[in-house]
Amino acid sequence: MKLFKHHNNVLPGFGPTLGFTVFYLSVIVLIPLSALVFKTAGLSWGDFISTVTAPRVLASYKVTFGSAMIAAVINSIFGVLVAWVLVRYRFPGRRIADALVDLPFALPTAVAGITLATIYSPNGWVGQFLEPLGIKVAFTPVGITLAMTFIGLPFVVRTVQPVIEEIEVELEEAAVCLGASRWQTMKRVIFPMLLPSILTGFALSFARAVGEYGSIIFIAGNMPMVSEITPLLIITKLEQFDYQGATAIACVMLLTSFLMLLVINLLQKWSRRYAD
Amino acid sequence: MSAATYTSRKSGDRAQTEPPLVRWLLIAIALIFLTLFLLLPLAAVFSQAFEKGLSVYLEALREPDTLSSIKLTLITAAVTVPLNLFFGVTAAWAIAKFTFPGKNLLITLIDLPFSVSPVISGLIYVLIFGLQGWLGPWLQEHDIKIVFAVPGIILATLFVTFPFVARELIPLMEAQGKEEEEAALVLGASGLQTFLRVTLPNIKWGIIYGVILCNARAMGEFGAVSVVSGHIRGMTNTVPLHVEILYNEYNYTAAFAVASLLAFLALITLVIKSVAEWKVRQQLGND
Amino acid sequence: MTIRKLATTLAAAALAVATAGTAIAANVTLLNVSYDPTRELYSDINKSFASYWKGKSGDSVTIRQSHGGSGKQARAVIDGLEADVVTLALAYDVDAIAVKGLIKPGWQRELPHNSAPYTSTIVFLVRKGNPKKIRNWDDLVKPGVSVITPNPKTSGGARWNYLAAWGFALHQKGGTEATAKEFVARLFKNVPVLDSGARGATNTFVQRGMGDVLLAWENEAFLAINELGPDKFEVVTPSESILAEPPVTVIDRVADKRGTRKLAEEYLKYLYTDEGQKIAAKHYYRPINPKIPTRLAKVKLYTIDKAFGGWQKAQKTHFADGGTFDQIYAPRK
Repeated sequence: MKLFKHHNNVLPGFGPTLGFTVFYLSVIVLIPLSALVFKTAGLSWGDFISTVTAPRVLASYKVTFGSAMIAAVINSIFGVLVAWVLVRYRFPGRRIADALVDLPFALPTAVAGITLATIYSPNGWVGQFLEPLGIKVAFTPVGITLAMTFIGLPFVVRTVQPVIEEIEVELEEAAVCLGASRWQTMKRVIFPMLLPSILTGFALSFARAVGEYGSIIFIAGNMPMVSEITPLLIITKLEQFDYQGATAIACVMLLTSFLMLLVINLLQKWSRRYAD
Repeated sequence: MSAATYTSRKSGDRAQTEPPLVRWLLIAIALIFLTLFLLLPLAAVFSQAFEKGLSVYLEALREPDTLSSIKLTLITAAVTVPLNLFFGVTAAWAIAKFTFPGKNLLITLIDLPFSVSPVISGLIYVLIFGLQGWLGPWLQEHDIKIVFAVPGIILATLFVTFPFVARELIPLMEAQGKEEEEAALVLGASGLQTFLRVTLPNIKWGIIYGVILCNARAMGEFGAVSVVSGHIRGMTNTVPLHVEILYNEYNYTAAFAVASLLAFLALITLVIKSVAEWKVRQQLGND
Repeated sequence: MTIRKLATTLAAAALAVATAGTAIAANVTLLNVSYDPTRELYSDINKSFASYWKGKSGDSVTIRQSHGGSGKQARAVIDGLEADVVTLALAYDVDAIAVKGLIKPGWQRELPHNSAPYTSTIVFLVRKGNPKKIRNWDDLVKPGVSVITPNPKTSGGARWNYLAAWGFALHQKGGTEATAKEFVARLFKNVPVLDSGARGATNTFVQRGMGDVLLAWENEAFLAINELGPDKFEVVTPSESILAEPPVTVIDRVADKRGTRKLAEEYLKYLYTDEGQKIAAKHYYRPINPKIPTRLAKVKLYTIDKAFGGWQKAQKTHFADGGTFDQIYAPRK
């Protein structure tokens, strides 16, 4: 095994595949995104800083990134659980549950927002029972987290699921033969194998939640300083025909997400080495 | 696989599993979570779609503007999914099978479209192809329409669904390593043969999930498409945009009827996966 | 497929394209880019105008509609959406298009009545029986009254709501800019949800059961009642309100490029004919022709030009970043 690891050149196709990857990435993603940076560059440094650090904008970062973080944590925990249950156990309704996981992708975000509001607003299916208990979901920051959890769930389930499918039962058997308990096998064998994909799922679910707009505005309440998300402020700027202000805030969001994704990807690399 | 481990268990059961109590507890938690977050919204969509009966439901779907929006959505998905699938497989091959400097940067850049707000994903194309943008005046002179026309909708959708297949495959292929491919090559298989015979069967689940997600998102994308569409009825409205229009016309039943079409995608997923699983089982039987 | 089959198919396709070509020559299309509440109005106007034009010139005309938030629609036109005409919520948005050179300056004088063929105003939609006894603007600031309005930063309609309330406070005895600001701030303290658009706010009020009163365009309020049940809501017209003049204009650059100027102008002029005015009245807009009967209550109306010195100024004072609206929500120092 060790011998092969150093022979990187055995497999063919590195040049063409990497070349195409970089080319397609540039055309579809990088060049268009650079338009954002160029547009923002029209602002003076002082204007840029004052735009992106205005109190309302700062409050919106807190709401957006905070809620996205909570949603991603919820999704990581329950997403892994769901993926595990779907792959490993047989129970009535399993296939339907499996199909259901993709729903947040297929449902247009606006429909998702309207539907969640239908369920969790004070006169909604679930909301009417929560209201007497003093729990308000719709039109509060909780509603934002709810919408973000909804749209981010498939990311975790669908990144972890194929990895669980691929885990070789022999590995678990070997652990048992060596005298490991089920819990030890889980902790020492399975979890390290899943960790990279869990981190990926977490990162994707987080990143997606930060940018989400369509479903959140229907359930957030959108009150300045309290439940106003950053993408809404971008729209607000655009409504005033202030393209540069809008792209400035967008750049900050972009940079922040990029850095967080980078950190998570590095963490993942580290976790893989740890697993080896 | 050793037969001994199976002797004390029902056939088809996994060799190792949790005690029944733990198993059912986990299933229960997963199902409650799925019910609260996914099943209830789905039920809400269908209950509102069928509120006024089946005939009203079908009526809403037969409307010409609805049909043209369905057509546009299908065209968009038919262009974007194959392109992103091809990209996804290529990128995953380069990233998962080779080590090179800047790999993490590349992965992060591929993830980037996920974190870009849909509003911005649309806006960037307007900044480039719009009348006030870089190429706008030139395009107008030559009467080429990109934004507020079908090409713009396709571009925005490509951007939004860009990472799906790649992101699905990279962790999977990294977890699998490259020993099997190397063995095949050593045994004299060509590069293409190796990919088709060794890699492809190994990553089929990843590809299926990736395509399903990519397609679902391509058909369901709202924010980015909304920015570049121009909302011309019967021409540049996709299904999600048409749903919004119907909802805003207080035509709730029709809005949810059309939305339910997209919810049906989940059922199509179910069919595709069942067929795939059946085929795999057949293959194993033949071996 | 055999070669012969392929050839026939190709020939058929070519024929289809050719006939489609001739069909387009006789069938002119116009694109009317409008704001949200006018969907129903223009789908009626378009049908009526198409038959009028067919009778007058023999040509068929198809008018395509695009609707969305007024500011967003204006942006789309600026960025290249090829609208022959725009019919937006406020002159400010049309001005923004004119600044980019797509419309000739002085557009507002091209058509009668500031280029606004119909007007509207802001009224209250309350729940049936008016349980909170909301009669006028000052009832909205009372404690315990919950008011639904969209966000003035993102919705043209909400800007009219805001200015209407401001104008009312200004016209009270001893009313000053300071008291008006205080009044509007108190009003927004009673707002639990700020939707991004007018229809979103209506849905929050109607579907979610939020709030005691919805501030809405007059035509929207009546439309909501018609569509959603006269047994659930009623309209309250305050003692005074703002005169909203949604302007219409030809996008000169597009119309000249596409050669549709004459038709586009005829289309907009049609809005001023008796027939056009009747359709506007039918959809609860206020026709500018006093001879056309209307079902709407008489209200004391003030214009934005008189009360606020025009849209450019109002926008800057109230809705730009740091304006009076932002000050309401600014964190206390």
